[in-house]
Amino acid sequence: MSNSDIIINIVRFVLLIFLQVMILNNINVAGYINPYIYILFILLFPLDGDKGLLIFLSFLLGLSIDIFGDSGGVHAGACAFIAYIRPIVLKYSFGVSYEYKSVKINKADAMERLTYIASLVFMHHLIMFALEIFSFKHIWLILKSTLFSGIFTIVIIICTMIIFNRKS
Amino acid sequence: MQQIIFFFIRNKNFLLFAFLFIISVGLTIQTHNFHNNKFISSANVVTGAVYTFRNNITDYFTLSKENEQLLQENLRLRKKLAQFRNSFDDEVLDSTVLPSKFKYYTARVINNNYSKSKNHLTIDRGKRDSIKIDLGVISSKGIVGIVSDISANYATVQSILNTNSRINAKLKKSSHFGSLIWNTEDPNVAQLIDIPRIAQLNYGDTIITGGRSTIFPEGILIGTIQDFHLDRDKNYYYVNINLFNDMTSLENVYLIENTEAEEIIELEKRVENVE
Repeated sequence: MSNSDIIINIVRFVLLIFLQVMILNNINVAGYINPYIYILFILLFPLDGDKGLLIFLSFLLGLSIDIFGDSGGVHAGACAFIAYIRPIVLKYSFGVSYEYKSVKINKADAMERLTYIASLVFMHHLIMFALEIFSFKHIWLILKSTLFSGIFTIVIIICTMIIFNRKS
Repeated sequence: MQQIIFFFIRNKNFLLFAFLFIISVGLTIQTHNFHNNKFISSANVVTGAVYTFRNNITDYFTLSKENEQLLQENLRLRKKLAQFRNSFDDEVLDSTVLPSKFKYYTARVINNNYSKSKNHLTIDRGKRDSIKIDLGVISSKGIVGIVSDISANYATVQSILNTNSRINAKLKKSSHFGSLIWNTEDPNVAQLIDIPRIAQLNYGDTIITGGRSTIFPEGILIGTIQDFHLDRDKNYYYVNINLFNDMTSLENVYLIENTEAEEIIELEKRVENVE
């Protein structure tokens, strides 16, 4: 990781938290559908960055969202999980060679990129809603929330990536 | 020994993840207990400041509606005051020492959730404004929730839109009472359970607080009956209630303190101890 990478990631970390708690947590389409695009930080974290560091930072990221939303540790848990699972998801979406080829997420094939984003987003949402609702009685509510919020999040994440890609 | 160290080094990412995940689950479970959500809550300096900042901006969007509501409330209070004056025309009464055991405070909502299954609000009053845990929170239209945690300048409120919330409520007409809960489906519809089968229910009947708790005085408005059916055992009604309050747009709220709450709780404890 170079110095500019570190600065970019710090700025991204703070900006995404603010964006999430000030605006996106209040969208509530149809009463309960919110996009959770702060996990963009985890998706875009440099591929050669330290994995332990990523897990810890993701936990902090989720915890910050939790503190603002009074939700205990649901985001923290979900974030730590996808940060831990990220190398495996990278491997099956971009192929075994992602570690050597230094794949750029922004420049990868569209289908591979969608697989990568969708897998992590759905895993994150599933764990988050499961922890938040915390009962098997409401399993349909968990799955429904995961699906709708997940689709919303994926669309917005892809839009964000396209917009910022064009600029650079 | 060496193997143990190697094991730790090899699995350090997994162990880190597992450790952090257990902490998260612990924090999550902790918030399920009403009185224990003190560790992580939005009643702190940083989040309070951020939410106040956001509120200073978003307040303007709802100003006209809020003004309208406050005007209507003023009107209602003025009418009451006029009636009150008429009935006490001859007597000299110092209105500052009216015999009431309830004290009221005002507050502004600076953060409001209604899309999760366990929703909280944050308000801009705290310990310094002599707010305490367990005070009831209402708006001009009806019930909102109960204070669950406080810091120096802010407090969090467990909304009635929270699966942990259970509030004593009754039918205005016949005083049959039950518990107000929420099934997470619609932020404008709460549920009343444990109403005995003998009660006469009609669509549109008014539901009010029951006054059996030390938190809310009797007669705070809650909502009207939308529909109802008997539960599985055919002994109690399960009633859907249309809330008077629009829980999705709350700005100004009132806090109610029952000055005799401690006395009542202490007395009840003493009775339990004797038994």
